[in-house]
Amino acid sequence: MIAGDPLFLGHFDWGVLFIVLGKVLVTFGLLLVSVLFMIWFERKLHADMTNRLGPNRAGPFGILQTLADGIKFFFKEDLVPDRADKRMFILAPFLSLVPAFLVFSVIPIGGVFTAEKQGTVNIFGRDTFLQLADPPIGVLLILACSSIAVYGVVLAGWSSGSKYPLIGSVRASAQMVSYESALSLSVVTVVMLSGSLSTHDIVLSQAGEGFGGILPRWNIIATGVVPFIIFVIAGTAELNRPPFDLVEAEQELVGGFHTEYSSIRFAFFFLAEFMNTVTMSAIIVTLFLGGPAGPTFFGPDWMWGPLWFLVKLFLFLFMFVWFRATLPRFRYDQLMDLGWKLLIPLALGWMLLIATLNIAQDEGWNGLVVAAAVAAVGLVAYLMLTGAMRTAERRREAADLEGSSH
Amino acid sequence: MGSYLKGFRITFGKMFKGSESGRTVTVPYVKDSGPKRHKPERLHGRHVLNRYEDGMEKCIGCELCAGVCPARCIYVRGADNPPDDPVSPGERYGFVYEINYLRCIHCDLCVEACPTEAITETKLFEFSFTNRQDAIYTKAELVVDDAGLPQQLPWEDWSDMDKVAAHSSAWVRATASSGDASYEGVVAWTGELGFGVKPPELGQTALDPAPLPADDDHDHTEPGGGHH
Repeated sequence: MIAGDPLFLGHFDWGVLFIVLGKVLVTFGLLLVSVLFMIWFERKLHADMTNRLGPNRAGPFGILQTLADGIKFFFKEDLVPDRADKRMFILAPFLSLVPAFLVFSVIPIGGVFTAEKQGTVNIFGRDTFLQLADPPIGVLLILACSSIAVYGVVLAGWSSGSKYPLIGSVRASAQMVSYESALSLSVVTVVMLSGSLSTHDIVLSQAGEGFGGILPRWNIIATGVVPFIIFVIAGTAELNRPPFDLVEAEQELVGGFHTEYSSIRFAFFFLAEFMNTVTMSAIIVTLFLGGPAGPTFFGPDWMWGPLWFLVKLFLFLFMFVWFRATLPRFRYDQLMDLGWKLLIPLALGWMLLIATLNIAQDEGWNGLVVAAAVAAVGLVAYLMLTGAMRTAERRREAADLEGSSH
Repeated sequence: MGSYLKGFRITFGKMFKGSESGRTVTVPYVKDSGPKRHKPERLHGRHVLNRYEDGMEKCIGCELCAGVCPARCIYVRGADNPPDDPVSPGERYGFVYEINYLRCIHCDLCVEACPTEAITETKLFEFSFTNRQDAIYTKAELVVDDAGLPQQLPWEDWSDMDKVAAHSSAWVRATASSGDASYEGVVAWTGELGFGVKPPELGQTALDPAPLPADDDHDHTEPGGGHH
């Protein structure tokens, strides 16, 4: 396994610099174009799923609608409320936007993932990865950036000096903090299987001959589907997308944290939200579906990496829109119940299960005994957890009764 | 769980436009697919100030429309008719008449309130002015021309006027055509200058035209009805 991008192994010269600059431009451009596409795609598909037409005025099939909206945003009046904390109010949109950009830099968007090539491609006679950066802590960077993005939302709501944004941002912080643990715990299972935090190594570990020669060697199968489902649900909650969009909840909070924002500052939030949707899809593809790794059929082999990546990415973009068109919004207590009582225990249990199986395999333990022990521990943990929840509920009801009798 | 999956199936099925559940219910607004949409008969568009056949204005400057307007978008000032050159039959006429279309909600209460049917609404709704001055329609802009048709202002789209004109008048009141309580519930059509009389709505043909009160000199059934 190569440690880091082979581009930086030799001596540093102008060629390396130009390749890096080119990758910056391509990554930036790809993200922006996919966001423009995503906004149009979401509006059009959501319209299709709800018997409407969707945007159809600007360009063929309304594909230039996003561009028209963007230009409009630039020329709108930029309002800062009198009671707003001005500096924070101006800073918040950037706190949302910058992490959204950063995350995409560690996503592998291409490469030839064969035993000889190890996920590299040859650009102007130099071997390199088709990803902007491959830090050894790639997955941690993703988690860190998604945590930083919460600050954008919280500060926006707090600095607006207005009720609805404040409620929205309080909801946002509670929601993002609770779902981040489930998200991280399901990532841990992937990291344990791949043995690396580098996104490139995670993709590399999923390339090649799969299970039984038919199924791909993707982490979604290797980790037993459950972490994938948890990650998708928690990821949707992290994105504040329906059915977890309590943060914005148009019907209750007007627009939630961005109620007081207008003009280009609002556009930043809007852009960051859709950018996060694209990057979250890319993260799911990288962690669970083998990223750009896939079979090559004809033509140059470097062409197939980006193609597989985009196809898989598109599937998840579709899925997010489908969620939005189908599922009604969660109530706040349902949201917290789902996060704390189901997803976190399940993710933690599954992580321990994968860890146990890994150790059992390494140490050569008896499979039957391990399975029995796992089942027993799982059952005990389940009974204890449900027992604790029931006790808590009974106490709460008793306290309510006592309170209402006065 | 099953019901969740059923929901996903339904929304997925709606993507297929050929199927019954996927039928698009919204209609494109204009232009790229043939003629404009058919307008509903009772569509409330922009107002006109009507005139009698002899050219006299119907407005008597009573300000009832301004009083009833929930959006307070109408401004009227009445004045005494000059005896040698009267603007309207009777004592007074609408000296100033302005409607602010930035505020108007097209509720038609002004039309209901008007005792002389001076103000009615057309089916014209495509007027996209770009400044506040244009948004305030003055009396000179609202009053109909000699043929009884509304005046076209530069920012108004009249491309389907031939279709709309037929529907632009002969408006109907929910209560009574003359404001008389004994006509309540009877749908009575009124024709104005230039547009003629529209046939009654479905279910109204069997009704005999209700006799008008003796003290009412309005003519509600003839084209160009009103004072003579």
